[in-house]
Amino acid sequence: MSDHKTMTLTLIVWRQKNASDAGKFETYTAKNITEHHSFLEMLDCVNEDLIYAGKDPIVFDHDCREGICGMCSQVVNGAPHGGQDRTTVCQLHMRKFKDGDTIYIEPWRARAFPIIRDLIVDRSALDKIIQAGGYTSCHTGGVADGNAILIPKPVADEAMDAAECVGCGACVAGCPNGSAMLFTGAKVSQLAILPQGQGEAARRVMNMTNTMTECGFGNCTNHYECMAACPKGINVKFIARMNREFLKAQFA
Amino acid sequence: MQLLTSSIGRKILMAITGQAMVLFAVIHLLGNSSIFGWLPGGINAYAHHLHSMPAPVIIGFRLGLLLFACVHIWFGIQLTIENRGGRPQQYAVKSVQKASFASENMIWTGSLLVAFIIYHLLHFTFQVISPETAAVKNMVDLHGANVPNVLGMVVAAFQNLFVTLIYAGAMLVLFLHLSHGIQSFFQTLGWSNDRVQPFITKAGTLVALALFLGYAAVPLTILLRILN
Repeated sequence: MSDHKTMTLTLIVWRQKNASDAGKFETYTAKNITEHHSFLEMLDCVNEDLIYAGKDPIVFDHDCREGICGMCSQVVNGAPHGGQDRTTVCQLHMRKFKDGDTIYIEPWRARAFPIIRDLIVDRSALDKIIQAGGYTSCHTGGVADGNAILIPKPVADEAMDAAECVGCGACVAGCPNGSAMLFTGAKVSQLAILPQGQGEAARRVMNMTNTMTECGFGNCTNHYECMAACPKGINVKFIARMNREFLKAQFA
Repeated sequence: MQLLTSSIGRKILMAITGQAMVLFAVIHLLGNSSIFGWLPGGINAYAHHLHSMPAPVIIGFRLGLLLFACVHIWFGIQLTIENRGGRPQQYAVKSVQKASFASENMIWTGSLLVAFIIYHLLHFTFQVISPETAAVKNMVDLHGANVPNVLGMVVAAFQNLFVTLIYAGAMLVLFLHLSHGIQSFFQTLGWSNDRVQPFITKAGTLVALALFLGYAAVPLTILLRILN
Protein backbone atom coordinates (compact mmCIF):
# COMPACT_ATOMS: atom_id res chain seq x y z
CA MET A 1 0.00 0.00 0.00
CA SER A 2 2.79 2.41 0.88
CA ASP A 3 3.98 2.85 -2.70
CA HIS A 4 0.50 3.87 -3.86
CA LYS A 5 0.07 7.51 -4.70
CA THR A 6 -2.57 9.25 -2.67
CA MET A 7 -5.07 11.83 -3.80
CA THR A 8 -6.26 15.04 -2.22
CA LEU A 9 -9.78 16.04 -3.21
CA THR A 10 -12.05 18.98 -2.57
CA LEU A 11 -15.56 17.94 -1.54
CA ILE A 12 -18.51 20.33 -1.73
CA VAL A 13 -21.16 18.58 0.37
CA TRP A 14 -24.80 19.41 1.10
CA ARG A 15 -25.28 19.84 4.88
CA GLN A 16 -28.77 20.12 6.32
CA LYS A 17 -29.69 19.59 9.99
CA ASN A 18 -33.27 18.42 9.41
CA ALA A 19 -36.23 18.66 7.02
CA SER A 20 -37.08 22.22 8.06
CA ASP A 21 -33.49 23.54 7.89
CA ALA A 22 -32.64 25.48 4.70
CA GLY A 23 -29.34 23.62 4.24
CA LYS A 24 -26.18 24.78 2.49
CA PHE A 25 -23.01 23.51 0.85
CA GLU A 26 -19.84 23.08 2.97
CA THR A 27 -16.36 22.53 1.55
CA TYR A 28 -14.08 19.77 2.91
CA THR A 29 -10.72 18.36 1.94
CA ALA A 30 -10.29 14.59 1.60
CA LYS A 31 -6.63 13.65 2.18
CA ASN A 32 -4.62 10.45 1.75
CA ILE A 33 -7.21 8.83 -0.52
CA THR A 34 -5.99 5.92 -2.66
CA GLU A 35 -7.53 4.61 -5.86
CA HIS A 36 -8.70 1.53 -3.93
CA HIS A 37 -10.99 3.48 -1.63
CA SER A 38 -14.66 3.18 -2.47
CA PHE A 39 -16.57 6.45 -2.54
CA LEU A 40 -18.15 5.69 0.86
CA GLU A 41 -14.76 4.72 2.36
CA MET A 42 -13.43 8.06 1.15
CA LEU A 43 -16.31 9.75 3.04
CA ASP A 44 -15.50 7.57 6.10
CA CYS A 45 -11.96 9.03 6.07
CA VAL A 46 -13.32 12.57 5.87
CA ASN A 47 -15.74 11.81 8.71
CA GLU A 48 -12.94 10.46 10.93
CA ASP A 49 -11.07 13.74 10.42
CA LEU A 50 -14.26 15.68 11.23
CA ILE A 51 -14.88 13.63 14.39
CA TYR A 52 -11.25 14.12 15.58
CA ALA A 53 -11.72 17.85 14.99
CA GLY A 54 -14.88 17.78 17.14
CA LYS A 55 -17.20 18.52 14.23
CA ASP A 56 -20.40 16.83 13.03
CA PRO A 57 -19.64 14.06 10.53
CA ILE A 58 -21.41 14.00 7.15
CA VAL A 59 -24.50 11.83 7.55
CA PHE A 60 -25.28 9.42 4.70
CA ASP A 61 -27.25 6.21 4.10
CA HIS A 62 -25.42 2.91 3.51
CA ASP A 63 -25.85 -0.74 4.35
CA CYS A 64 -24.41 -3.70 2.40
CA ARG A 65 -21.63 -1.76 0.63
CA GLU A 66 -21.67 -4.55 -1.96
CA GLY A 67 -23.87 -2.88 -4.54
CA ILE A 68 -26.93 -5.00 -3.88
CA CYS A 69 -29.13 -3.38 -1.25
CA GLY A 70 -29.86 0.04 -2.74
CA MET A 71 -29.48 1.87 0.56
CA CYS A 72 -26.71 4.29 -0.45
CA SER A 73 -28.06 7.36 -2.15
CA GLN A 74 -25.83 10.22 -3.22
CA VAL A 75 -25.81 12.46 -6.24
CA VAL A 76 -22.17 12.87 -7.26
CA ASN A 77 -21.42 15.73 -9.66
CA GLY A 78 -25.09 15.82 -10.67
CA ALA A 79 -25.41 12.08 -11.38
CA PRO A 80 -27.24 9.69 -9.00
CA HIS A 81 -24.76 7.07 -7.72
CA GLY A 82 -22.00 8.94 -9.58
CA GLY A 83 -23.02 8.13 -13.15
CA GLN A 84 -21.00 4.94 -13.64
CA ASP A 85 -23.06 2.38 -15.57
CA ARG A 86 -24.98 -0.06 -13.32
CA THR A 87 -23.13 0.98 -10.18
CA THR A 88 -24.35 2.05 -6.76
CA VAL A 89 -22.29 4.79 -5.14
CA CYS A 90 -20.78 2.25 -2.67
CA GLN A 91 -19.26 0.42 -5.64
CA LEU A 92 -17.95 3.61 -7.24
CA HIS A 93 -14.20 3.63 -6.64
CA MET A 94 -11.82 6.53 -6.28
CA ARG A 95 -9.81 5.34 -9.29
CA LYS A 96 -12.54 7.12 -11.28
CA PHE A 97 -11.28 10.44 -9.90
CA LYS A 98 -8.00 12.35 -10.20
CA ASP A 99 -5.82 14.06 -7.62
CA GLY A 100 -7.08 17.62 -7.12
CA ASP A 101 -10.64 16.97 -8.36
CA THR A 102 -13.55 18.92 -6.93
CA ILE A 103 -16.59 16.72 -6.23
CA TYR A 104 -20.13 17.92 -5.53
CA ILE A 105 -22.12 15.57 -3.26
CA GLU A 106 -25.86 16.13 -2.89
CA PRO A 107 -28.84 14.14 -1.59
CA TRP A 108 -31.60 12.73 -3.87
CA ARG A 109 -33.66 15.81 -4.72
CA ALA A 110 -37.40 15.28 -5.21
CA ARG A 111 -40.54 16.66 -3.58
CA ALA A 112 -41.56 13.12 -2.55
CA PHE A 113 -38.19 12.55 -0.79
CA PRO A 114 -37.89 15.06 2.11
CA ILE A 115 -34.35 15.38 3.47
CA ILE A 116 -33.91 13.86 6.92
CA ARG A 117 -30.34 15.03 7.41
CA ASP A 118 -27.41 15.92 5.10
CA LEU A 119 -27.41 13.20 2.41
CA ILE A 120 -30.20 11.06 3.92
CA VAL A 121 -33.67 11.39 2.44
CA ASP A 122 -36.96 9.78 3.47
CA ARG A 123 -37.78 7.23 0.75
CA SER A 124 -40.86 5.78 2.47
CA ALA A 125 -43.01 7.14 -0.38
CA LEU A 126 -41.71 4.18 -2.42
CA ASP A 127 -42.98 1.84 0.33
CA LYS A 128 -46.42 3.49 0.09
CA ILE A 129 -46.50 2.68 -3.64
CA ILE A 130 -45.71 -0.98 -2.84
CA GLN A 131 -48.36 -1.04 -0.10
CA ALA A 132 -50.90 0.17 -2.67
CA GLY A 133 -50.61 -3.04 -4.68
CA GLY A 134 -47.05 -4.27 -5.19
CA TYR A 135 -47.97 -7.77 -4.04
CA THR A 136 -50.32 -10.65 -4.79
CA SER A 137 -53.00 -11.57 -2.26
CA CYS A 138 -53.92 -15.00 -3.62
CA HIS A 139 -53.88 -17.95 -1.20
CA THR A 140 -50.70 -19.89 -1.76
CA GLY A 141 -51.71 -22.99 0.23
CA GLY A 142 -49.06 -25.59 0.90
CA VAL A 143 -45.81 -25.93 -0.98
CA ALA A 144 -46.71 -26.37 -4.65
CA ASP A 145 -45.19 -29.11 -6.79
CA GLY A 146 -42.25 -27.98 -8.86
CA ASN A 147 -43.38 -26.87 -12.33
CA ALA A 148 -47.05 -26.97 -11.30
CA ILE A 149 -47.38 -23.55 -12.89
CA LEU A 150 -45.59 -23.63 -16.24
CA ILE A 151 -43.71 -20.42 -16.98
CA PRO A 152 -41.41 -20.35 -20.02
CA LYS A 153 -37.83 -19.37 -19.22
CA PRO A 154 -37.84 -16.12 -21.28
CA VAL A 155 -40.98 -14.98 -19.41
CA ALA A 156 -39.41 -15.78 -16.04
CA ASP A 157 -36.26 -13.92 -17.12
CA GLU A 158 -38.30 -10.88 -18.16
CA ALA A 159 -40.02 -10.80 -14.76
CA MET A 160 -36.62 -11.16 -13.07
CA ASP A 161 -35.24 -8.23 -15.08
CA ALA A 162 -38.02 -6.07 -13.62
CA ALA A 163 -37.57 -7.56 -10.15
CA GLU A 164 -33.91 -6.52 -10.12
CA CYS A 165 -35.07 -3.10 -8.89
CA VAL A 166 -33.76 -2.58 -5.35
CA GLY A 167 -35.89 0.52 -4.72
CA CYS A 168 -32.97 2.88 -4.15
CA GLY A 169 -34.80 5.82 -5.74
CA ALA A 170 -32.02 6.82 -8.17
CA CYS A 171 -34.64 6.93 -10.97
CA VAL A 172 -36.56 9.57 -9.01
CA ALA A 173 -33.36 11.47 -8.24
CA GLY A 174 -32.33 11.44 -11.90
CA CYS A 175 -35.76 12.42 -13.27
CA PRO A 176 -36.10 16.17 -13.93
CA ASN A 177 -39.78 15.76 -12.94
CA GLY A 178 -39.08 13.78 -9.76
CA SER A 179 -41.23 10.97 -11.18
CA ALA A 180 -41.21 7.39 -9.88
CA MET A 181 -42.44 5.84 -13.12
CA LEU A 182 -39.43 3.53 -13.58
CA PHE A 183 -39.74 2.20 -10.02
CA THR A 184 -43.52 1.77 -10.30
CA GLY A 185 -43.18 0.37 -13.84
CA ALA A 186 -40.73 -2.28 -12.62
CA LYS A 187 -42.92 -3.21 -9.65
CA VAL A 188 -46.11 -3.40 -11.75
CA SER A 189 -44.32 -5.41 -14.46
CA GLN A 190 -42.59 -8.00 -12.27
CA LEU A 191 -46.04 -9.23 -11.22
CA ALA A 192 -48.00 -8.53 -14.44
CA ILE A 193 -45.59 -10.71 -16.42
CA LEU A 194 -46.26 -13.80 -14.28
CA PRO A 195 -49.55 -15.75 -14.07
CA GLN A 196 -49.79 -15.32 -10.29
CA GLY A 197 -49.84 -11.54 -10.69
CA GLN A 198 -52.28 -11.26 -13.56
CA GLY A 199 -55.50 -11.69 -11.57
CA GLU A 200 -54.97 -8.42 -9.73
CA ALA A 201 -53.12 -6.60 -12.53
CA ALA A 202 -55.81 -4.00 -13.29
CA ARG A 203 -56.44 -3.02 -9.67
CA ARG A 204 -52.70 -3.01 -8.99
CA VAL A 205 -51.68 -0.61 -11.77
CA MET A 206 -54.45 1.87 -10.93
CA ASN A 207 -53.77 1.86 -7.18
CA MET A 208 -49.98 2.05 -7.50
CA THR A 209 -49.95 4.86 -10.06
CA ASN A 210 -52.57 6.86 -8.13
CA THR A 211 -50.54 6.46 -4.93
CA MET A 212 -47.44 7.58 -6.86
CA THR A 213 -49.19 10.86 -7.70
CA GLU A 214 -50.58 11.26 -4.15
CA CYS A 215 -47.05 10.90 -2.73
CA GLY A 216 -45.95 13.98 -4.70
CA PHE A 217 -43.98 12.32 -7.51
CA GLY A 218 -44.08 14.09 -10.89
CA ASN A 219 -45.24 12.68 -14.24
CA CYS A 220 -43.18 10.92 -16.88
CA THR A 221 -42.15 12.92 -19.96
CA ASN A 222 -39.93 10.23 -21.53
CA HIS A 223 -36.52 11.80 -20.91
CA TYR A 224 -35.20 8.32 -19.92
CA GLU A 225 -32.81 9.88 -17.37
CA CYS A 226 -34.16 7.25 -14.92
CA MET A 227 -32.77 4.38 -16.99
CA ALA A 228 -29.34 6.06 -17.12
CA ALA A 229 -29.37 6.54 -13.34
CA CYS A 230 -30.56 3.03 -12.42
CA PRO A 231 -27.77 0.92 -10.83
CA LYS A 232 -29.63 -2.24 -11.86
CA GLY A 233 -30.15 -1.25 -15.50
CA ILE A 234 -33.97 -1.37 -15.33
CA ASN A 235 -35.17 -0.62 -18.86
CA VAL A 236 -37.84 1.96 -19.72
CA LYS A 237 -39.65 -0.85 -21.55
CA PHE A 238 -41.21 -1.54 -18.15
CA ILE A 239 -42.73 1.96 -18.17
CA ALA A 240 -44.18 1.12 -21.60
CA ARG A 241 -45.52 -2.15 -20.14
CA MET A 242 -47.09 -0.26 -17.22
CA ASN A 243 -48.73 2.11 -19.72
CA ARG A 244 -50.15 -0.96 -21.52
CA GLU A 245 -51.38 -2.35 -18.20
CA PHE A 246 -53.01 1.02 -17.46
CA LEU A 247 -54.82 1.00 -20.81
CA LYS A 248 -55.92 -2.62 -20.27
CA ALA A 249 -57.19 -1.68 -16.79
CA GLN A 250 -59.55 0.87 -18.38
CA PHE A 251 -61.39 -2.03 -20.01
CA ALA A 252 -61.18 -4.42 -17.06
CA MET B 1 -62.67 9.69 -15.16
CA GLN B 2 -59.16 8.31 -14.76
CA LEU B 3 -58.11 9.38 -18.27
CA LEU B 4 -58.53 13.07 -17.42
CA THR B 5 -57.01 13.06 -13.94
CA SER B 6 -54.39 10.33 -13.59
CA SER B 7 -50.70 10.63 -14.43
CA ILE B 8 -50.68 8.03 -17.22
CA GLY B 9 -54.20 8.94 -18.45
CA ARG B 10 -53.24 12.55 -19.15
CA LYS B 11 -49.99 11.36 -20.74
CA ILE B 12 -52.04 9.17 -23.09
CA LEU B 13 -54.31 12.11 -24.00
CA MET B 14 -51.20 14.22 -24.75
CA ALA B 15 -49.86 11.43 -26.96
CA ILE B 16 -53.08 10.78 -28.94
CA THR B 17 -53.90 14.46 -29.57
CA GLY B 18 -50.26 15.13 -30.50
CA GLN B 19 -50.10 12.21 -32.89
CA ALA B 20 -53.42 13.23 -34.50
CA MET B 21 -51.88 16.64 -35.19
CA VAL B 22 -48.79 14.94 -36.67
CA LEU B 23 -51.10 13.07 -39.07
CA PHE B 24 -52.72 16.39 -39.97
CA ALA B 25 -49.24 17.86 -40.60
CA VAL B 26 -48.49 14.98 -42.99
CA ILE B 27 -51.75 15.52 -44.94
CA HIS B 28 -51.18 19.29 -44.94
CA LEU B 29 -47.70 18.77 -46.40
CA LEU B 30 -49.05 16.45 -49.13
CA GLY B 31 -51.51 19.23 -50.02
CA ASN B 32 -48.76 21.87 -50.02
CA SER B 33 -46.66 19.75 -52.35
CA SER B 34 -49.27 20.30 -55.09
CA ILE B 35 -47.50 23.67 -55.54
CA PHE B 36 -44.69 21.73 -57.25
CA GLY B 37 -47.11 20.84 -60.05
CA TRP B 38 -48.00 17.14 -59.67
CA LEU B 39 -51.69 18.07 -59.54
CA PRO B 40 -53.19 19.66 -62.70
CA GLY B 41 -53.91 23.27 -61.76
CA GLY B 42 -51.42 23.14 -58.86
CA ILE B 43 -52.18 24.46 -55.39
CA ASN B 44 -55.06 26.61 -56.67
CA ALA B 45 -56.88 23.46 -57.79
CA TYR B 46 -56.09 21.73 -54.48
CA ALA B 47 -57.39 24.69 -52.43
CA HIS B 48 -60.51 24.89 -54.63
CA HIS B 49 -61.11 21.17 -54.13
CA LEU B 50 -60.82 21.49 -50.33
CA HIS B 51 -63.19 24.45 -50.14
CA SER B 52 -65.73 22.72 -52.42
CA MET B 53 -66.36 20.13 -49.71
CA PRO B 54 -69.69 20.41 -47.84
CA ALA B 55 -69.58 23.09 -45.13
CA PRO B 56 -70.29 20.66 -42.23
CA VAL B 57 -67.22 18.61 -43.23
CA ILE B 58 -64.97 21.68 -43.27
CA ILE B 59 -66.36 23.12 -40.03
CA GLY B 60 -66.29 19.71 -38.33
CA PHE B 61 -62.67 19.12 -39.37
CA ARG B 62 -61.59 22.56 -38.12
CA LEU B 63 -63.44 22.18 -34.80
CA GLY B 64 -61.91 18.72 -34.35
CA LEU B 65 -58.40 20.07 -34.89
CA LEU B 66 -59.10 22.96 -32.53
CA LEU B 67 -60.33 20.52 -29.87
CA PHE B 68 -57.19 18.35 -30.24
CA ALA B 69 -54.97 21.43 -30.02
CA CYS B 70 -56.79 22.71 -26.92
CA VAL B 71 -56.57 19.34 -25.10
CA HIS B 72 -52.87 19.04 -26.01
CA ILE B 73 -52.09 22.60 -24.85
CA TRP B 74 -54.21 22.39 -21.68
CA PHE B 75 -52.63 19.16 -20.39
CA GLY B 76 -49.20 20.23 -21.65
CA ILE B 77 -49.29 23.31 -19.44
CA GLN B 78 -50.87 21.47 -16.51
CA LEU B 79 -48.33 18.63 -16.57
CA THR B 80 -45.38 21.00 -17.01
CA ILE B 81 -46.41 23.00 -13.92
CA GLU B 82 -46.87 19.76 -11.91
CA ASN B 83 -43.53 18.39 -13.09
CA ARG B 84 -41.64 21.57 -12.19
CA GLY B 85 -42.92 20.95 -8.65
CA GLY B 86 -41.70 17.34 -8.69
CA ARG B 87 -38.15 18.54 -8.04
CA PRO B 88 -38.44 21.90 -6.27
CA GLN B 89 -34.70 22.26 -5.67
CA GLN B 90 -32.31 21.71 -8.57
CA TYR B 91 -28.86 20.12 -8.31
CA ALA B 92 -25.86 22.43 -8.11
CA VAL B 93 -24.24 20.46 -10.94
CA LYS B 94 -26.43 19.56 -13.90
CA SER B 95 -25.54 16.25 -15.50
CA VAL B 96 -27.62 15.07 -18.47
CA GLN B 97 -27.36 11.42 -19.53
CA LYS B 98 -30.26 10.61 -21.87
CA ALA B 99 -32.50 13.69 -22.04
CA SER B 100 -32.20 15.87 -25.14
CA PHE B 101 -32.57 19.59 -25.84
CA ALA B 102 -35.87 18.66 -27.54
CA SER B 103 -37.21 16.61 -24.61
CA GLU B 104 -36.31 19.28 -22.05
CA ASN B 105 -37.87 22.16 -23.99
CA MET B 106 -41.22 20.74 -25.18
CA ILE B 107 -43.19 23.48 -23.42
CA TRP B 108 -41.15 26.21 -25.16
CA THR B 109 -41.12 24.64 -28.63
CA GLY B 110 -44.86 24.03 -28.15
CA SER B 111 -45.45 27.68 -27.18
CA LEU B 112 -43.54 28.89 -30.24
CA LEU B 113 -45.63 26.58 -32.44
CA VAL B 114 -48.87 28.02 -30.99
CA ALA B 115 -47.63 31.55 -31.80
CA PHE B 116 -46.66 30.44 -35.30
CA ILE B 117 -49.98 28.67 -35.96
CA ILE B 118 -51.92 31.82 -34.95
CA TYR B 119 -49.74 33.89 -37.32
CA HIS B 120 -50.07 31.29 -40.10
CA LEU B 121 -53.90 31.17 -39.78
CA LEU B 122 -54.12 34.99 -39.90
CA HIS B 123 -51.74 34.96 -42.87
CA PHE B 124 -53.05 32.24 -45.20
CA THR B 125 -56.41 31.08 -43.79
CA PHE B 126 -58.09 34.33 -42.72
CA GLN B 127 -55.75 36.33 -45.00
CA VAL B 128 -55.73 39.52 -42.94
CA ILE B 129 -51.93 40.04 -42.66
CA SER B 130 -51.26 40.95 -46.33
CA PRO B 131 -54.77 41.87 -47.61
CA GLU B 132 -53.48 43.19 -50.95
CA THR B 133 -52.26 39.71 -51.99
CA ALA B 134 -55.10 37.77 -50.27
CA ALA B 135 -56.16 34.83 -52.43
CA VAL B 136 -59.89 35.52 -52.02
CA LYS B 137 -59.45 39.06 -53.39
CA ASN B 138 -57.45 37.97 -56.44
CA MET B 139 -59.61 35.45 -58.26
CA VAL B 140 -58.12 33.62 -61.22
CA ASP B 141 -59.53 31.34 -63.89
CA LEU B 142 -59.08 27.58 -63.42
CA HIS B 143 -60.55 25.45 -66.23
CA GLY B 144 -63.41 27.93 -66.55
CA ALA B 145 -64.06 28.26 -62.79
CA ASN B 146 -63.28 31.44 -60.86
CA VAL B 147 -61.05 30.41 -57.91
CA PRO B 148 -58.91 32.24 -55.30
CA ASN B 149 -55.28 32.73 -56.35
CA VAL B 150 -53.54 30.81 -53.53
CA LEU B 151 -50.37 30.42 -55.63
CA GLY B 152 -50.06 34.19 -56.09
CA MET B 153 -50.59 34.80 -52.35
CA VAL B 154 -48.01 32.21 -51.31
CA VAL B 155 -45.39 33.30 -53.87
CA ALA B 156 -45.82 36.98 -52.93
CA ALA B 157 -45.40 36.12 -49.23
CA PHE B 158 -42.27 33.99 -49.56
CA GLN B 159 -40.44 36.40 -51.86
CA ASN B 160 -39.99 38.33 -48.63
CA LEU B 161 -36.87 37.08 -46.80
CA PHE B 162 -38.30 37.91 -43.37
CA VAL B 163 -41.52 35.91 -43.93
CA THR B 164 -39.55 32.95 -45.31
CA LEU B 165 -37.27 33.01 -42.25
CA ILE B 166 -40.30 32.97 -39.91
CA TYR B 167 -41.77 29.94 -41.70
CA ALA B 168 -38.48 28.02 -42.02
CA GLY B 169 -37.62 28.82 -38.38
CA ALA B 170 -41.02 27.63 -37.20
CA MET B 171 -40.53 24.37 -39.09
CA LEU B 172 -37.19 23.88 -37.32
CA VAL B 173 -39.07 24.30 -34.02
CA LEU B 174 -41.62 21.74 -35.27
CA PHE B 175 -38.76 19.34 -36.01
CA LEU B 176 -37.45 19.69 -32.44
CA HIS B 177 -40.94 19.20 -30.96
CA LEU B 178 -41.66 16.10 -33.04
CA SER B 179 -38.20 14.55 -32.72
CA HIS B 180 -39.19 13.93 -29.09
CA GLY B 181 -42.96 13.78 -29.58
CA ILE B 182 -43.32 11.00 -32.16
CA GLN B 183 -41.25 8.41 -30.29
CA SER B 184 -42.96 9.48 -27.04
CA PHE B 185 -46.33 8.56 -28.55
CA PHE B 186 -45.28 4.91 -28.93
CA GLN B 187 -43.71 4.72 -25.47
CA THR B 188 -46.75 6.32 -23.83
CA LEU B 189 -49.26 3.97 -25.46
CA GLY B 190 -47.03 1.07 -24.46
CA TRP B 191 -46.22 0.16 -28.06
CA SER B 192 -42.54 -0.19 -27.26
CA ASN B 193 -39.92 -2.43 -25.74
CA ASP B 194 -36.12 -2.59 -25.65
CA ARG B 195 -35.93 -4.19 -29.12
CA VAL B 196 -38.06 -1.68 -31.03
CA GLN B 197 -37.36 1.46 -28.96
CA PRO B 198 -34.11 2.45 -30.75
CA PHE B 199 -35.85 1.97 -34.13
CA ILE B 200 -38.88 4.02 -33.05
CA THR B 201 -36.62 6.83 -31.85
CA LYS B 202 -34.75 6.93 -35.17
CA ALA B 203 -37.92 6.61 -37.28
CA GLY B 204 -39.63 9.37 -35.27
CA THR B 205 -36.70 11.72 -35.81
CA LEU B 206 -36.65 10.85 -39.54
CA VAL B 207 -40.38 11.60 -39.91
CA ALA B 208 -39.83 14.91 -38.07
CA LEU B 209 -36.90 15.67 -40.40
CA ALA B 210 -38.94 14.81 -43.50
CA LEU B 211 -41.72 17.15 -42.34
CA PHE B 212 -39.17 19.92 -41.72
CA LEU B 213 -37.54 19.53 -45.15
CA GLY B 214 -40.88 19.22 -46.93
CA TYR B 215 -42.42 22.26 -45.29
CA ALA B 216 -39.28 24.41 -45.58
CA ALA B 217 -38.94 23.51 -49.29
CA VAL B 218 -41.93 25.67 -50.34
CA PRO B 219 -40.78 29.04 -48.88
CA LEU B 220 -37.11 28.41 -49.67
CA THR B 221 -37.65 27.45 -53.33
CA ILE B 222 -39.86 30.51 -53.76
CA LEU B 223 -37.32 32.81 -52.08
CA LEU B 224 -34.52 31.42 -54.25
CA ARG B 225 -36.74 31.89 -57.36
CA ILE B 226 -36.54 28.17 -58.20
CA LEU B 227 -40.34 28.15 -57.99
CA ASN B 228 -42.34 31.16 -59.26
